[in-house]
Order: sequence, then structure tokens, then C-alpha cells
Amino acid sequence: MAASNSKTWVLGAAAAAMLGMAHANGAELNLGRDVTPEELAGWNITVFSDGTGYPAGKGTVRHGEDVYKASCAACHGAKLEGGLGPALAGGKGTLNTDKPLRTVGSYWPYASTLFDYIRRAMPFQAPQSLSNDDVYAVAGYILNVNGLLPADATVDAEVLKRVQMPNRDGFYVDNRPDVENPRCMENCAVGPKPH
Amino acid sequence: MEKSPEAASRRRFLAGAGAAAVALGAARPALAQEAAAASPSAGPAGNVPPNVPQWTRSLGEPTVAVPYGKPSKYEVNAIRKLYPGLTEPMSAFSTSPLQELDGIITPNGLHYERHHAGVPQIDPAQHRLIVHGLTEREMIFTMEEIRQFPRESKIYFLECSGNPVFVPPYGKTAAEVTGLVSGSQWGGVRLRTVLEHVGLKKGAKWVVAEGADGAAMTRSIPIEKCLDDVLLAFIQNGEHLRPEQGYPLRLFCPGFEGNMSVKWLRRLQVTDQPAYSKEETSKYTDLMADGRARKFSFVMEAKSIITFPSGTQKLTRKGTHEIRGIAWSGHGKIRAVDVSIDGGRNWKEATLDMPVLSKALTSFRATFDWNGEELMLMSRAVDETGYVQPTLEQLIAVRGRWSTYHNNAIQPWKVSTTGEVTNGRV
Repeated sequence: MAASNSKTWVLGAAAAAMLGMAHANGAELNLGRDVTPEELAGWNITVFSDGTGYPAGKGTVRHGEDVYKASCAACHGAKLEGGLGPALAGGKGTLNTDKPLRTVGSYWPYASTLFDYIRRAMPFQAPQSLSNDDVYAVAGYILNVNGLLPADATVDAEVLKRVQMPNRDGFYVDNRPDVENPRCMENCAVGPKPH
Repeated sequence: MEKSPEAASRRRFLAGAGAAAVALGAARPALAQEAAAASPSAGPAGNVPPNVPQWTRSLGEPTVAVPYGKPSKYEVNAIRKLYPGLTEPMSAFSTSPLQELDGIITPNGLHYERHHAGVPQIDPAQHRLIVHGLTEREMIFTMEEIRQFPRESKIYFLECSGNPVFVPPYGKTAAEVTGLVSGSQWGGVRLRTVLEHVGLKKGAKWVVAEGADGAAMTRSIPIEKCLDDVLLAFIQNGEHLRPEQGYPLRLFCPGFEGNMSVKWLRRLQVTDQPAYSKEETSKYTDLMADGRARKFSFVMEAKSIITFPSGTQKLTRKGTHEIRGIAWSGHGKIRAVDVSIDGGRNWKEATLDMPVLSKALTSFRATFDWNGEELMLMSRAVDETGYVQPTLEQLIAVRGRWSTYHNNAIQPWKVSTTGEVTNGRV
């Protein structure tokens, strides 16, 4: 990898500058190699909100209930009401109250997030241990309890792509700074006592 | 210091002047006796003058008795603690003991922690980074290869997005109030260097970063940030990362909320859209009072905290004391820090220790006189954009109480007539 002499080094640098770094493609540094499709497939698990990335597979809501009871209920509660883990259902209409309950049904904007997160990180004690079929099934069950899929549904990528989450339009891009505190130095107004 | 006009005027500003000096003289002998009685070195061993200390009359520990050095056994308080109220330690956080520290660098063993599925112990020989998606080449790198790219080292702060939340219980100590912030010199490869190495395709707008831990933690970072100052970091304060900080490789996004600096980094997917992962929808979005929520709220805005005197500490004498603290801003350099001892009615600019670096902790100091009266100490950071650190009341007025993240409020510390320091927000 090391340049054999200073002339090579200078030529290499000049060539990189001419090519533009965006097209250097590692020729000069000679670091890394092309990833094989098999290697990438094992790790490439992200599912996007436009539906890109869903794997093959399917599962029924009914089977999802069994998966849930076996792998999820201990932390998330028999009725998805939460426990050691957060609540997964309920909270509809609470977001603008003083007791907001952020759940899959009340808060999450995309069903893809639910599938993606279960597949990559759940169950908490044994992440990435469920089959894709089981992930489809249990995601379907959670959506069913939230009133977003019927109890007799068979769930696959196409079904999940069609689910419209209730809070889909509840988000907007960060608009801070949102507070202007004048830099008063003397005899400043002091608001209500800190609470 | 007593004689300089600057110090004198500072004293007039900060305390009731004359009375303090009189009381100081009267109080000193009694307080000095108390301090001597409380000193550990005045115990039975008798290691204080005129006695010759035991450690002067004997040999110490051999050289390299401890191959990796540790703090003195007497430093029992400079430790991380699980955040108050947490019971489940796998998806949890621990705080840096800010009240025990001084300066802009946090020792590696005291850097705050936030893990979503525990701390994996990764063999670097088996760790890989895959870079793929909208790239000219889809590539895989070993750690040995990543460490051979041209490097850079920068001092930056890292802060957890929820440091702290907006609702009680409010913490007792500086660590409990805002100990999810630390500062380090981070070293590694600019992400830009690696993205240019693989070549970006047209339409590349986001990089989705993924960890190799049990949470496979995933965040989407805008390409502009990725081509700016983001690091693929493998060095922290001169040594390889600690496992708690992502060994062997982490992303580091200066000035952005901590969880975007994905630890144990294994994959970068270049895309035309964000992933809308759980950590950028269900979590780390900011719920406003109207029920709608901010997304992609990346930057940690300007903030400061007084670390001395701070909660559970005590002023042991009347007289002149030094306020010490840290300030930081995700938007750049700290321009100034103001301090108040009267609950925000009057402010004075503190002295900033050099260096003052962009997106790094900055140390500040100021003196004040205490004559046994009740005080309310506050600090207020101003960054290079002119932004002034707000009060909690101002933040809640705009956001409500349930936005959870990005609370950069001014922190009040109350000094009682007996010198005890407690959280002024009770």
C-alpha cells in the first residue's frame, strides 16, 4: 500500500485531485473491498417508511397473539398496557393533554418502524431471534389491538405498506430556536419562582 | 487579588461588601477548628505536622504495581451512578459526576453512559463496517483498515438529548440535574473521507447509521452533516474507545444529541430518505403542548451549569468563594457565561478558561462573597450565534412540559444561611 517513492506519492496526490475525491473509489488508499451480496444480506435489515426493505414472509394476527404472549407480554403487559417496557396500545386522544401516552397506535407515524424495530431489537432479552414470519405476525397483532388491522388478517409487506397510522401527520421538522431570552445584566425582571 | 481594583469592584457587585469583611474575620477561627476536626489526616495515625507522616517514613507501591493506573483509593465520590429511579440496567443511563470534576475533559471511566441493550464486548478482529446504498462501491472494512485512513482529533462535548426532562423529580446533585454530558478529545477518520472513498451517488441525502449492539441502534443523519464534521471515532482521550463508548468504532456527530453518535457502528447506508427508525419517531421526537411533535431535533442548544457550589455541597466558611462550572453549545463556541447570586436579578460575566472550542465544554469561573445570607446561584450561557440560555419557565411556555428532550434551562442552586447547597428548583 505504501508509495514506493516520493514521485509516486506526488503523482498519486495529483491524480486524486484531478479525478475529484468523489470518484477516487479507494484506488489510492487501497483500503476495504467490495462487500458480497451474502455479507450485506445478513446485516441489511432497515425497513423504510416507503416500504423499501421489507423481507419476504407473512404471518397471521392470530399467530401474532401467540408470539406476543410467549415473547413480549412479560414486559409490555397482557393487554399491551406496558410494564417494564412501554405501552404499545392506547393513548388515543391524549397527546395534547397533561398525561400524554405515546404508543404505537397514538404516536408512531409509520407501521414500517414497528416491523423494523421488532426485527432488529426485540424481544429485549433475545434480539434478532424471531423469524421474519413471526415478526410480520406479531407486528400485525399489535396493529390489530390498536384497531388498525382486522383480527383475521394475514400480514405481509403489502399489508403493512397499506396501513395508515393515525398520527402520521403529527410531526414537523424542528423549528428551534424557539425561545428568546434577553441578556439583561442589571435589575432584570425575575419570573415566577423556579418550580 | 484583594488589592486589585477589578477584584474590589467584583466584590461590591457580588456581595454586600463591607459587612462581609467584618463577619469574615469573626467567623474564621471557629470554622478553621471545625475543618481541622473533620480532616481525615488528623486521625489516630497522626500524619499531620509536626508528626512525620507514615508515607514519608516508608516506601510506596512498586512501579507498575497497577499496569493501568487508577484514581486514589480516597477518591470515592468520583464515580458514575445509575440515574435516580432506574431499576432496569440494560436500557439505562449513568451520569458523569460533574460536581467532582473540573475542566473540559471527562476522564474516560467517568464519561456518561446511555445504552439501549447493555454494553457489548466486541472483538475488534471480528468487527466490520459496511458502507452501502447510494454509493459508487458498496464496501466492507476491517478495523485495521479503518484505522489506516488519515485521522483527525477534536475536542467535543457529547450530551444525551434528555438531560434532564422537564418535570419533577428534580435532581439533588449537578450529576443528577445534568450529568448526561461529558467532554473528550475524539479521534478517528472524518466520515467525509470514507464517503469520498466509496464515492457518493447522486440523490444521496441521508446516511443511516446502525450499531452492532442488541438494540442495533439506528439513526438517520443528513448528508450535509456527514460531509461536515462527523467522525468515525475509535480514539477517546488518547486511547481506544471504552466498551461503554462504542468500542471498537462509533459515529460521532459534534453538537448533535448523543444517541445520533451511534456506538458499536457496523453499517452506514447512504439513502435518499430517512429511516424513520424507532429512535427518530417513537423516541427522540419532541411532543409539544398542542399534541404535535418536532422531528429531526438534532442540535443541543447552549447550556451551562454551576458545578461548585452545587447541590449537596456546603460552603464551610464565610468569605470569598469561587463559582466553577461548564458551558457548551451544539451551535459552536461559547461567547460568554453570566452568573447571578440573587436568583437572576443581577448578572455578571464570568471568566472563561482557555481554550474555548467549538462544540466543546468550556470552563467558567467567577468569585462571590458569602456572608451567611441566603443566595440563589445561576449561570447563563451565550453562544457565538448570540443565543442566550433560557429559563425553564420560558421553555415550558413554548413547549409544554412533556417534550422530554432538549431541556437546556438555567439551573438554580440555593445556598442556605448555614451554607448548605440544594436544588433551587423544588
